[in-house]
Amino acid sequence: MSAPAMGTTKTAHSDVAPKKKRGPGALATAYLVIYNVVMTAGWLVIAVGLVRAYLARGSYHGLYYSIEKPLKFFQTGALLEVLHCAVGIVPSSVVLTGFQVLSRVFLTWAVTHSVREVQNEDSVLLFVSAWTITEIIRYSFYTFSLLNHLPYLIKWARYTFFLVLYPMGVTGELLTVYAALPYVQKTGLYSVTLPNKYNFSFDYHTFLILTMVSYIPLFPQLYFHMMRQRKKVLCHVEEYKTE
Amino acid sequence: MDTVVLEGATHKKAGPGSVPGVPAPPVKRPKAKKAKKAVVFFEVEILDAKTKDKLCFLDKVEPNATIGEIKSMFHKSHPQWYAARQSIRLDPKGKSLKDEDVLQHLPVGTTATFYFRDLGAQISWVTVFLTEYGGPLLLYLMFYFRVPFIYAPKYDFTTSKHWVVHLACMCHSFHYLKRLLETLFVHRFSHGTMPLRNIFKNCTYYWGFAAWMAYYINHPLYTPPTIYGEQQVRIALIIFLFCQVGNFSIHIALRNLRPPGSKTRKIPYPTKNPFTWIFLLVSCPNYTYELGSWFGFTLMTQCLPVAFFTAVGFIQMTVWAKGKHRSYLKEFRDYPPLRSPILPFVL
Repeated sequence: MSAPAMGTTKTAHSDVAPKKKRGPGALATAYLVIYNVVMTAGWLVIAVGLVRAYLARGSYHGLYYSIEKPLKFFQTGALLEVLHCAVGIVPSSVVLTGFQVLSRVFLTWAVTHSVREVQNEDSVLLFVSAWTITEIIRYSFYTFSLLNHLPYLIKWARYTFFLVLYPMGVTGELLTVYAALPYVQKTGLYSVTLPNKYNFSFDYHTFLILTMVSYIPLFPQLYFHMMRQRKKVLCHVEEYKTE
Repeated sequence: MDTVVLEGATHKKAGPGSVPGVPAPPVKRPKAKKAKKAVVFFEVEILDAKTKDKLCFLDKVEPNATIGEIKSMFHKSHPQWYAARQSIRLDPKGKSLKDEDVLQHLPVGTTATFYFRDLGAQISWVTVFLTEYGGPLLLYLMFYFRVPFIYAPKYDFTTSKHWVVHLACMCHSFHYLKRLLETLFVHRFSHGTMPLRNIFKNCTYYWGFAAWMAYYINHPLYTPPTIYGEQQVRIALIIFLFCQVGNFSIHIALRNLRPPGSKTRKIPYPTKNPFTWIFLLVSCPNYTYELGSWFGFTLMTQCLPVAFFTAVGFIQMTVWAKGKHRSYLKEFRDYPPLRSPILPFVL
């Protein structure tokens, strides 16, 4: 889901068995290191932005505006990760990565950006903070893995923080979509009605409801997958020490 | 799993001298070919590919026994695993052996070890095809006749005032009827079965899209083609019919390549039927014609969901065509180089 899925798609990416590192070539590795460093920095900027805004305003409300631009930039930039899988420099499934990134981008642009009225909601802060912490850990995890110097703390964080961050993010996302519903229905946002010459109709309001419903089967699957990965990675750490 | 020992009772391929269940005498009587040679029987053990448990041990297996026969023997000891759901392989992670493979031609010693993998519940191709094509046929008609609970109650059981809607219904129904009849009388399948879960996947795809398209085409607020009006519908109909005939011609040509009950594979070539001349340029013209049919239907109905269905089908058929093309190239040295998988010169 769009929630802090801590590398659900990237579990193949050099964590469980770093010894079978047939990975990308030198140039690709250099590029990926730069990419992951830039993304880590980007999400750190968002984190710092949130903290500074909170300290300046003295309240949790309306913090979205202070990090709106870097959030859009760096979250959208994650689309490159789909390309990485497609090209083969990252050993993850294109479909899975695509699905994850697309759902994040969907929430950023098609919900939060498009429906101005929800931008003040606290649920936005909830998922943005969940995403921020997750991404900082995830991208630094990849950076260190690529450089073959993965501190256990980062690995532990990646496979532990999700236990709280994932439900937190999902809650924030669902509440935000729910908050957007009345405005979408009132304005007919992104909706097409009959009759028209292409004989097609689309009700964005219903689509959003279906999206919310889809969390029910999807979220538990991804969550338990991460829990299984956690057991595999953290409990066999003696065999796979990369330090 | 208990190890079960079975006599290698191969009835079909047994020579005239060997009797099932009776140990073969060292010197054979009327086994003309092997008059001087003693027949070396094989022993076959079947292990579970994942757990490596010994599932079955067969002794006195004829050297010219096929994998298919071994599967039937294995089925006797494990009745829950009928032959169609058995995958027998030389290596736990290797490829499945074919039913026609002969034991003595495989790289095994006189005690052969095979690995078994359960393919899961299987369902016959014919059943899947009939179900996945029957659905769209019926569903579309339900929308066409405006069965209650689909559209507003005042439209129940009314008919559209646009003649293109009637035409579209006829074309759609004809298409799926053709498919059903081809499944029953034309196609010769290589594999008898596919995994059971495929029927749910396939039916969701076909039934879902059929309902989605039918909803809009038969909607009271449907707008007939506006870009070129009647001209557009006429051309679209010609394209559709042409491609239906073409698709059928290809199916017949492919059927004739394969004698009944066999699984031979040959390179298809153009026949006297002009619709098959496309074989000169394309490996899988059945998909080419299918794409053409749906393109025609899209043009006829000017309906975006139909365009989506055509696009998705095109992508899937291209994947299949490329795969088929690749296996043709691998199997036949003299495969015509001019051919493309699905679109002449392009794809």
